[in-house]
Amino acid sequence: MKSAQEAQADPKYKTAVTELLYQLADDDFIIAFRGSEWLGLAPHIEEDVAFSSINQDTMGHAAIYYQLLEALGEGDADALAHDREAGQRKNAILLEEVNGPGHYLKKPLYDWAFAVVRHYFYAQAKKVRIESLKNSSYQPLADAAVKINMELYYHLLHWKTWFTQLVTAKGEAPERMKNAIDKVCEDMEGVLTLGPKGANMAALGLIEEEKLLTQRWHNEMEKVFEPLPISLPPVQAKRGNGREGVHTEDLNSALATLGEVYKQDPVASW
Amino acid sequence: MSTTLSYDRLSEEEKHSQFMERIESGEKIEADDWMPKDYRMTLIKLISMHGISEIMGALPEKEWVPKAPSLRRKLGIMAKVQDEMGHGQLLLRVAEDLMKPMGKTREEIMQDLFRGDLKFHNVFHMPAPTWGDAGLIGWLVDGAAIITQTNMLKASYGPYARALKRICAEEVFHAQHGEAIIMALAEGTEEQRALIQDAIDRWWESLLMFFGPASATTTGTSKQDTTIKYRIRTKTNEELRQAFLDKYIPRVLSLGLTIPDETLHYDKEKQQWVYQQPDWNEFKNIVRNNGPKSKDRLDLRITAYENNAWVREALSPDGAVV
Repeated sequence: MKSAQEAQADPKYKTAVTELLYQLADDDFIIAFRGSEWLGLAPHIEEDVAFSSINQDTMGHAAIYYQLLEALGEGDADALAHDREAGQRKNAILLEEVNGPGHYLKKPLYDWAFAVVRHYFYAQAKKVRIESLKNSSYQPLADAAVKINMELYYHLLHWKTWFTQLVTAKGEAPERMKNAIDKVCEDMEGVLTLGPKGANMAALGLIEEEKLLTQRWHNEMEKVFEPLPISLPPVQAKRGNGREGVHTEDLNSALATLGEVYKQDPVASW
Repeated sequence: MSTTLSYDRLSEEEKHSQFMERIESGEKIEADDWMPKDYRMTLIKLISMHGISEIMGALPEKEWVPKAPSLRRKLGIMAKVQDEMGHGQLLLRVAEDLMKPMGKTREEIMQDLFRGDLKFHNVFHMPAPTWGDAGLIGWLVDGAAIITQTNMLKASYGPYARALKRICAEEVFHAQHGEAIIMALAEGTEEQRALIQDAIDRWWESLLMFFGPASATTTGTSKQDTTIKYRIRTKTNEELRQAFLDKYIPRVLSLGLTIPDETLHYDKEKQQWVYQQPDWNEFKNIVRNNGPKSKDRLDLRITAYENNAWVREALSPDGAVV
């Protein structure tokens, strides 16, 4: 399909591409939000600069996907980002989870190990997905994937460096990293799944099959874990499937914060 | 080699006079060059305060980064605050080089900040309770920063002058980002307009204070004489404040907004703005970390610093597995 007009003329295709775009958009949007809460709190100033650059890129990717949804007649991109209830969101539960105890403005006892593992595992899953999307049957999405892939290369390199450095360091780091890996793996399946409509997406050539993508993610992970003194636990979706609109309280509080100003007057121009 | 040897034989006084000749002829001083002790100390104080202010300055806006009301505004403010952090990093690197011969590092800068020995800019001790403040900070606080920083673009210390060149270029974007937020609010609903007026009322005194006291008699200390003597800056605090008022008063008024100072007027004869002096005792109080948000923002940095101690340990040279 070359354009939004063509996609809209085919209801089955439109349903599948819309579903996929919501997953991609909501994943990037919520993790960029969580990342932005870290601003000023990273382990050192250089990391603050790098991390906020990654968050900004990721928010930009979400904006691209929301604009593609807008072009498909789903409504205004800003409304899609700021004004949908938790039950309508398709992001993975792992990505909505708070950064740690505390609030981003008061006593934030955020967990850097969790940040590194969550971002690294997510960036790798996103990389696998983006590589597949470069050949998507929906041309606007394939074009977006090429653009996003250029920035994603650096994100992945960044998180992989942190990951291997902390896992192999002395002191508390390896233990903290192990705990974070266990915690992330409990919900990682929710990131890797394409949800109940995944088979349709693959059949229509929008993206490859979930099973194939998941295998590729595991292959990449195995390469990284192989020389390390730890192994990757089984990935699960313990708290349910975000692709089906199942979410936690963490998403509600995130939506209240990120939509606070927007909701003061949704029709106003800000 | 022979020039180095002969230079080493010069007395301190001769070195000093050569140094003054160099800066007076517009030459740049570099990190490894000989420099008078008070020049080095003035630069360390100025640049570490500037750097740490950029970093602490990210905190009032931090509040609004996740809350920005559209995707475009979210991207804009994320980019802006990232730049501020980047400026902080760049400036701390410049300060670190100056501190190196004294055996000091960034760690000392952070500890000085936490103890309250290293001050950060008065504006960053103030609350930013609405989205109007997020716009105003970009528009007027960054606008004021452009005026003070362009004043030092020709600073005699090369590394600082070069860092400022890049910083000023980015600050221009920040001011445009702030102005774009303000324009959208100014053209919006009554409630949106009220957000800007409230923010101006709240920030006016802090903006006047931003440039520092007119002279040492106001607050007891002022570094402006030393920095002018050493060609680090050219204009006085009052000249900078007047330049700010020249630039921004017409802009504020043209948006139909008011300035909370009934005495404010332009004296045509003296060619300067006459304004109600801010409370300079309060200024001293604020920069001593007794401002409305001083403790909260310092707490935020200290919490992050302590909470991430294990990461620093892991990254330290003896922390990695050999």
